[in-house]
Amino acid sequence: MIRRTVRFLDERTGAAPFVRKALRYVFPDHWSFLLGEVALYSFAILVATGIYLTLFFKPSLTPVHYHGDYLPLRGRELSEAYQSTVDISLRVKAGLLIRQTHHWAADVFVAAIVIHLLRIFFTGAFRKPRDLTYYLGLLMLIFALLEGYLGYSLVDDLLSGMGLAIGYSVAMSLPFVGANVAQLLWNGPFPGGHDFESRMYMAHVLLLPILIAMLLALHLTLVASRHHTQFVEERTTEKKVVGIPTFPGYAPRTLGLGFAVAAVLFLMGGLIQINPIWQWGPYHVSQATNGAQPDWYLGWLIGALRLVPSFDVTIGHYTLVPNPFWGGAGFPMLVFLVLFLWPWLERRVTGDQAFHNLLDRPRDAPWRTAIGVAFFTWIFIVFLAGAADRIFVMFGLSYEGQVWAFRVLVWVLPVAALVLTKRICDELLRGEVVEARRKLVEAEPVA
Amino acid sequence: MRWLIALVVLVLGRLRRRPRLDSEERIVPPGTRDRHAENVVLGLFGCATLCGGAVPAIYAFDSIPNQTQFLGLALGLAFAFVSAACIVISKRLVVTEEIEGEYGLSHPDEQEDVKRIVDESGDRLTRKRLLVLAGAGAGTALGAALITPVASLGPVLDVSSLYRTPWRRGVRLVDEGGRAFLADDIEEDTFYTAYPEHADREQMGAPLVVVRLKPEQLQLPDGRRHWAPDGILAYSKICTHAGCAIALYRKPTFTPVEPKPALVCPCHYSTFDVANGGDVLFGPAGRPLPQLPLTIDSSGELRAAGNFSGPVGPSWWGVRRHGPRS
Repeated sequence: MIRRTVRFLDERTGAAPFVRKALRYVFPDHWSFLLGEVALYSFAILVATGIYLTLFFKPSLTPVHYHGDYLPLRGRELSEAYQSTVDISLRVKAGLLIRQTHHWAADVFVAAIVIHLLRIFFTGAFRKPRDLTYYLGLLMLIFALLEGYLGYSLVDDLLSGMGLAIGYSVAMSLPFVGANVAQLLWNGPFPGGHDFESRMYMAHVLLLPILIAMLLALHLTLVASRHHTQFVEERTTEKKVVGIPTFPGYAPRTLGLGFAVAAVLFLMGGLIQINPIWQWGPYHVSQATNGAQPDWYLGWLIGALRLVPSFDVTIGHYTLVPNPFWGGAGFPMLVFLVLFLWPWLERRVTGDQAFHNLLDRPRDAPWRTAIGVAFFTWIFIVFLAGAADRIFVMFGLSYEGQVWAFRVLVWVLPVAALVLTKRICDELLRGEVVEARRKLVEAEPVA
Repeated sequence: MRWLIALVVLVLGRLRRRPRLDSEERIVPPGTRDRHAENVVLGLFGCATLCGGAVPAIYAFDSIPNQTQFLGLALGLAFAFVSAACIVISKRLVVTEEIEGEYGLSHPDEQEDVKRIVDESGDRLTRKRLLVLAGAGAGTALGAALITPVASLGPVLDVSSLYRTPWRRGVRLVDEGGRAFLADDIEEDTFYTAYPEHADREQMGAPLVVVRLKPEQLQLPDGRRHWAPDGILAYSKICTHAGCAIALYRKPTFTPVEPKPALVCPCHYSTFDVANGGDVLFGPAGRPLPQLPLTIDSSGELRAAGNFSGPVGPSWWGVRRHGPRS
């Protein structure tokens, strides 16, 4: 049976040598190598649940009067987009399960990418010959953030409208061209023409998913062609990759992980409520809700927008840089610029042009680890500042006091983290030298 | 009957594996059998089947409360059992082998060939740089040509509508239901949302917050002395920072120690001073909240006495050039 199938396919595709090689492709084994796969499987679930949602969602801002089952909204004027999402949640059987699973999958997708990025950074896996793979990953992260933002902006509930108002303001704040870019994208002043909804929809269900899928394919092709990195172990060298073959060893493992990701996402989708949009109500320009929080992956931007003190950069009557630019555009651009430049910077500073198939442990590159920890601490403090209003509600700490504290901590803590991390790395390395020397001494025969 | 048995024997015989010759070397190394693990996997697949089968069953019975939760539970558990089965298979039922492969490095010969192919292909060209430049020029022009239709997406060069608001002298303030605001009905310590009568409310220039202070609390800038009749003030409801609606009115409950009354945006907590013309007290907003001059007409209703003190909504490069237009 197997022989016949293989013969049938090989005679028609000539794929047997490739399959033969692929089945015995080597996967080095470490738990941290699975983070990227979690993102991959989340993406698969996003596509599957997303396709289902498009069968019910209406990307239209045409106003309708709600006559559905949810009493608090009865008779209210809202858009078809919002109504169809309320219907998916409350009227379509299994609709809420799929919608919530889609939303959770988006949150897990970005989280997995970010943790994967941290692993790549701190083990030096971005070095030659894998810097291109790393850049593709960063691009995917950018598109994933945008994709998530558009996803919850499509619904036209109160939260999504507020998020769009902020997005519009950030676009407006771009120096020299902001107003023009915003007018172009929104087709007029906020909230923009009705066609803005279909633009977002097209970007969310077609443009960005295709871009992400193409980058993903390239990313995986490069991973496969250069093989996976590995930690220093007994048999591993820079030239020899040691691990489990795709088949039979690795396949059930990765399938197990894939099904586990699906299990967690569907369990969360069914059991843990997320973004109950029927409670938020429809968006109107004149309305806002207090304590609004976006999905976690935009927390760093809301934090940055909140931390910047009150000023616009002006020259006479010309407003050079309106305030939201710093937190909403300048900050994320700087973060990604640093991430994109890092492999090149490290090559420049260390003069290291060699191939690196063996990973560093974080301590092996104390400066990289220290700077990385400082850099990510910086972002994390800004992220925390985004939750200052919730901290105020929960613990009663004065909001303004917190903002002032964060404005100081955001510069002080990264420096502290830098110094501390460098020390820890150095100490760990020194400890290893001592350990090695002790073993050597103990091995020597006592005279 | 005999026929049947013969058939079964024949089929079984055919299916039986061809005996492996000892001389043939295995690719996958042999391992020990583990019937116990097989039983576990069988059990897990059985559980997954039950959970998976439960999904259409739950779906079919409308009378089940919390259908979403049960559907999620059944589907999630089905995946979880399959996942567990895969993991047991990988740990116990397939051989754990470690194999080696080569990391590819680079291919200097092919690199050289590629370079030579490109070089030698251009041998016939006498003005290579000029040709490349001309080609690049054509490419750029073509790119610009292809991107031109994008300009139809919106009024990219005309930003004049950003200054426009529906307010002008005499426009009545109405509430959500379209009823006019009587000055006498405006109370202290609370805030009202007002809209221009007969105008589109879904534009940033439309919504107002209306509050009342004691006339002696007012510290309005010069030239706005008559903007707040009887201490009634109107401001744009749209934050000048990031365009959210200002939905919080902070009023001191104990005046001596608490900060003064202010309008606060819930998005990034820009805080605007109500008493002195919308100045920024705290938070990121870069310019004051635009104030709308008010009058009280002969029937005691609130009307606009003009347009805002500045452009409404988030800032852009032209926001300080001139005031709003009606």
